[in-house]
Amino acid sequence: MIWLTWRQFRGSAATTAALLVVLAVVLALTGPRLAADYSAGIAACTQDGTCDRFYDRFFGGHETPFVGLTLVVLLLPALAGLFWGAPLISRELEAGTHLMVWNQSITRSRWLAVKLGLMGLTAATFAGLCGLMVTWWSDPLDKSAAENLALMAPLVFGARGIAPMGYAAFTFVLGVTAGMLVRRTLPAMALTLAVFAAFQLAMPLLVRPHLMPPITSTFELGKTNVDSIGINRDQGGFVQILLKSAVPGHGGAWVLSADLVDASGRTVGTGGEGAVRISTTSGPCAPSAAGGDRCIAEINRLGYRQQATYQPLERFWPFQWIETGIYALLTLGLSWLCFWWIRRRLS
Amino acid sequence: MNAVLQAQGLGRKYGRRWALRECTIDLPAGHVVGLVGPNGAGKTTLLKLASGQLEPTAGTITVLGGRPAGGPPQLARVGFVAQDTPVYAGLSVADHLRLGERLNLRWDAAMARDRIATLGLDPAQRAGRLSGGQRAQLALTLGLAKRPELLLLDEPVASLDPLARREFLQGLMEATAEHEFSVVLSSHLVSDLERVCDFLIVLVDSRVRIAGEVDRLLATHYRLTGARRDPDRLPADQHVVCARHTARQSTYVVRTDGPIHDPAWTVTRLGLEDLVLAYMDQDTVDRRAALEVRR
Repeated sequence: MIWLTWRQFRGSAATTAALLVVLAVVLALTGPRLAADYSAGIAACTQDGTCDRFYDRFFGGHETPFVGLTLVVLLLPALAGLFWGAPLISRELEAGTHLMVWNQSITRSRWLAVKLGLMGLTAATFAGLCGLMVTWWSDPLDKSAAENLALMAPLVFGARGIAPMGYAAFTFVLGVTAGMLVRRTLPAMALTLAVFAAFQLAMPLLVRPHLMPPITSTFELGKTNVDSIGINRDQGGFVQILLKSAVPGHGGAWVLSADLVDASGRTVGTGGEGAVRISTTSGPCAPSAAGGDRCIAEINRLGYRQQATYQPLERFWPFQWIETGIYALLTLGLSWLCFWWIRRRLS
Repeated sequence: MNAVLQAQGLGRKYGRRWALRECTIDLPAGHVVGLVGPNGAGKTTLLKLASGQLEPTAGTITVLGGRPAGGPPQLARVGFVAQDTPVYAGLSVADHLRLGERLNLRWDAAMARDRIATLGLDPAQRAGRLSGGQRAQLALTLGLAKRPELLLLDEPVASLDPLARREFLQGLMEATAEHEFSVVLSSHLVSDLERVCDFLIVLVDSRVRIAGEVDRLLATHYRLTGARRDPDRLPADQHVVCARHTARQSTYVVRTDGPIHDPAWTVTRLGLEDLVLAYMDQDTVDRRAALEVRR
């Protein structure tokens, strides 16, 4: 059975492996230089305190490969589900070959066990390798990325570490299940893609923020967490503050929500935007006063703070393990369904 | 002899439609059994139930004394060549033989190789490029080299031209003569089965109409032609299979164990094809009658 699985699978497995090797070579050739550029840049910028500008420049210079590689890792599991998982049973049913192969002296359960095991492990291994390679390569970029593309950001998190392995195993078995239930390859592929996309959306939106209780804390306003201030002279004067999705002292944290609160702890405004009542005709927030820094210092003095709920960057690996574990459990559940269905319900 | 296939009240439903119902048969070993009936009569369903590809909705079925597809040993004893003789288009002929060797408990590799060589198939050729007849032969080779005790073939010759048909059936006959095993072969054409079968099951409208040895069937069925007469005026031991009446004449096909003495009848023997057609005809007559009643 192992021979048959390998005989039928070796073509696409070899092609995928070849593509991965090409990717690995490209990453291995460019990675060290990227890391060297980064450490040289950091060494230079720490002396004159222009690291923010260096981060922007460095990341901006490599944004295209960064986004491209992230998308590759995000899509790889979907491909495993679409092209390996979905046709596994549905193509047999369409061609009628299940009637031939399931009548050799081998039970369907064993046939499925070997196919699921070998192909699922291959899919998970390939996706895992690809994910770890990209994680290694983009490490300097992850350190310089803005908060919406940092390591903990929903889009990037799924393309780093070991999570792709879980996604690939899950999507593969999802494809097999869809093919078995729908019994036709193309609709099964469409269904697999739809369900995988739904999971990839639901996970960061609904589940991942609660994998560990998020930290809620208040922070002084400053350059790190204030995006912009708008000084408004109408209605007796107020300052409009727009907060960033970042918290000072916890670089790379995944900020789930941030609000402006006043001295008594009441929320001012909504969605990270709020108006602070303060004189804009005289004092530090008057137009005559130079720069916004003194204005912000004055607002801090009045007790306004950023209150943020966030998941710190240190939780990246725990989250990776937990999420991979969740997908592994889902994979096992679907596999059980496959075995049950192929024995009891199919044809 | 012991039975190769026993079914008791066997039935299978697809959704709300019965594909096979109340099927009770007992097939003795050592026969080449022809399973004949019109398209959609339930032949494939019966064979799939026997091979364990389907689970019955009602009743029980035992094949060679075991539950169909009940485990590797049972699978090894029953060969199944499905309709349209499916093979993997991407694998070569040699790959298929290897598949058989790897996936079976007993496998007659020499026989498989010899058969492929005799048929003139190129082992390196992909199965997807074989002609229909060659593909059927490859599928049959897979079924035979398994050395089953019972080989089930579902319309194996339906898509073949007359020459390929004859070659296929000839190959099958040679194999049964050489290695003694039982065969159940389905077809919607009696002419295919006439040459090879010594046992016949007629399946019409998801029910078994009659099952028996061909010789015995031919010996107990007669066509009676004579002046018009009602069926209830026939002797009690004569079962009417089908009847046709014109204004003056009646034609009956009857089954009886005893001889026919009534001199009013012109008695003729039936060929296998006529016999099967009589059973199918009975069905259409019934259906027509039902329609008329409904009107």
